[in-house]
Amino acid sequence: MISTESNLVLVGVNHKATPVEIREKLAFNQVKLEASLEHLVSCPEIVENIILSTCNRVEIYARVEDSEEGIQLLKDFISDYHGIARGGLDQYFYSYRDNQAIEHLFRVSASLDSMILGEAQILGQVKDAYSTARALSSTGLVLNQLFEKAFNVAKKVREETGISERGVSISSAAVELAKKIFEDLENHSVMLVGTGEMAELAAKHLISYGVKTVYVASRTYERAISLAQSLNGCALDFDAFKEELYRADIVITSTAAPTFIIHKEMIEQAIHKRKNKPIFLIDIAVPRDIAPEVNDLENVYLYDIDDLQNVVNANMEERQKEAENAMEIIKEEVTKFNNWFSTLDAVPTIVEMRNRAEEMRKNEAEKTLKNLSHLSYDDQKAIHQLTQSLVNKLLHKPTINLKKKTQSKDGHVYLKAIRHLFHLDD
Amino acid sequence: MDKISFNLSLFSYLMASLAYFVYLAYRRPLVSTLAGWTVAFGLVCQTVSIGIRSSQTGHGPYTTSFEVALFLSWLMVVVYFLTEWKYKIKDLGAFVIPLVFIVLLYSVFLSKETALLPESSEVRFWLTMHQTLSIMGYAAFSIAFAAGIMYLIQEHQVKSKKLGIMYFRMPSLEVLDDLNFKVIMIGFPLFTLGFMTGSIQNTEMDQPFFSWDLTRTLPLVATWLIYCLVFFGRMAVGLRGKKAAQGAILGFITVVGTYFLHIL
Repeated sequence: MISTESNLVLVGVNHKATPVEIREKLAFNQVKLEASLEHLVSCPEIVENIILSTCNRVEIYARVEDSEEGIQLLKDFISDYHGIARGGLDQYFYSYRDNQAIEHLFRVSASLDSMILGEAQILGQVKDAYSTARALSSTGLVLNQLFEKAFNVAKKVREETGISERGVSISSAAVELAKKIFEDLENHSVMLVGTGEMAELAAKHLISYGVKTVYVASRTYERAISLAQSLNGCALDFDAFKEELYRADIVITSTAAPTFIIHKEMIEQAIHKRKNKPIFLIDIAVPRDIAPEVNDLENVYLYDIDDLQNVVNANMEERQKEAENAMEIIKEEVTKFNNWFSTLDAVPTIVEMRNRAEEMRKNEAEKTLKNLSHLSYDDQKAIHQLTQSLVNKLLHKPTINLKKKTQSKDGHVYLKAIRHLFHLDD
Repeated sequence: MDKISFNLSLFSYLMASLAYFVYLAYRRPLVSTLAGWTVAFGLVCQTVSIGIRSSQTGHGPYTTSFEVALFLSWLMVVVYFLTEWKYKIKDLGAFVIPLVFIVLLYSVFLSKETALLPESSEVRFWLTMHQTLSIMGYAAFSIAFAAGIMYLIQEHQVKSKKLGIMYFRMPSLEVLDDLNFKVIMIGFPLFTLGFMTGSIQNTEMDQPFFSWDLTRTLPLVATWLIYCLVFFGRMAVGLRGKKAAQGAILGFITVVGTYFLHIL
């Protein structure tokens, strides 16, 4: 049977309502994923389907014959496939139809539904899910179009809102600050004073953004050497680092010293030696390593762990605000997609086409019968029947073919042609 | 015709200023592109109006206050485009184009009378040199002023650790400082040459090479000294960052002050 209805549905669980113990049981690995896609698309009720399985969510997007039936079927499938009773899962499942399903996918792809708002990974995961499904031919016209659109929307959100631009971890906030002070990090150097794990992480982050020169100073010289080796830098004697401070554009301190080890005078000297070239000091030690007055010096920027944490918190809040702008973009795009989607539905066009034909038939038959008043009631009825069956026969093939064609890639072209040929939009 | 193109350019700069503000606040790539094209359109219109006026007066736009304002704002846009092309700082428009608009709007209230050039061809030559070089210097200084303001805003954000919307929108301190330096590096020699050719023009007109005039020459000397300090200070003692930005702002304020003392 050929579907004439285009019902989009979505069934899933995500990190918001479902604990990880449940989510991990419902996850599809690549092998399971492929088998499931093939199984689902062989079900007569399901026209197209895509499974998105990440550590934070499991979602099945499908085009089905009947929404309600489709949703139940997908829920059953997820529970049966993983061998968990439906009853235990019902409280976690969410399901959306049509508009809401489209909106949900756009939100997911644009990372508005992520645990960390605006993170970039999810878009890649959605793309993978789509290409796996596409390779297995479990998608068709509608889901292809829907997912391609979702990728565009995600790109638009990324470009037009600041949802992804603010770092939400200590080290990414530090890198952002470094880039706002120095622009290009490539010709800049970093000095680690102390070999704390967080300092190492921040240094690695800076290196990944192009920092080439790394100095490491530690009270235990051996540790300085081993960390310097792993970061491709050079180790400094702990007593010597104070003299070498002026070489560093970025200094990250993380020693266990009980009192300040870097004082205002030291930085004053360093900045003088640097001819006022800026220094960015990151103090992630607790208790702090750098005297806070250092920040009063011109061209010196000092951030301690609390300052960075405040930046991260503010950035999180900003992402929330940007999410509202993103939602506006998404709402707009849902409407646009829906307009296209509704043109796919063959049924209204077929009904209109038949109504138009029936109207003409009736008019013409009655005109003729007016002049044939001598005919008996039965004869008149026979003429009506004849014209009716003529119209039906004439329209039978076009109706069937139209239904078939609207399932294909250029279905909307046929619909448009029919509406035009039969003057349905007058 | 020159009136129409003048008004069109004035209107374009106003619209572009608003668009740049919108871009600064809401970051819509389309708005910034639109603003860029609007400024370009304004520049074309302004070029037409300057061309028409020059063909009517028979000389370049630098004899009356009106012409100077017209020429200065035109050059500011040219320098802005060059900077934008080199540095790709989209938000610079929000700081420069409103300034251009103000200069051009100010010119609306000035007398549109034309003035004749001096008879002597020597004087005419030195006058042309003096005016053109000085105005080019001022245009560069206006960009340094905008870069200085942007630097202070960005510096304040990073220093105070309150990272607002401007922190994310505006370029890094290094880029702004570099821009400030580069435009002063170009503007300062032009301005100095303008100063000198002005003095030569004086001697051509049988006036002293230099006079200690309290309203005319002294403010100019002050302006020159400020930029001189900013310019050589960087090379000699690494005067940069906040101080350099403040210098560029102070310098431009002196330029504006000098101008008004001049016409009083």
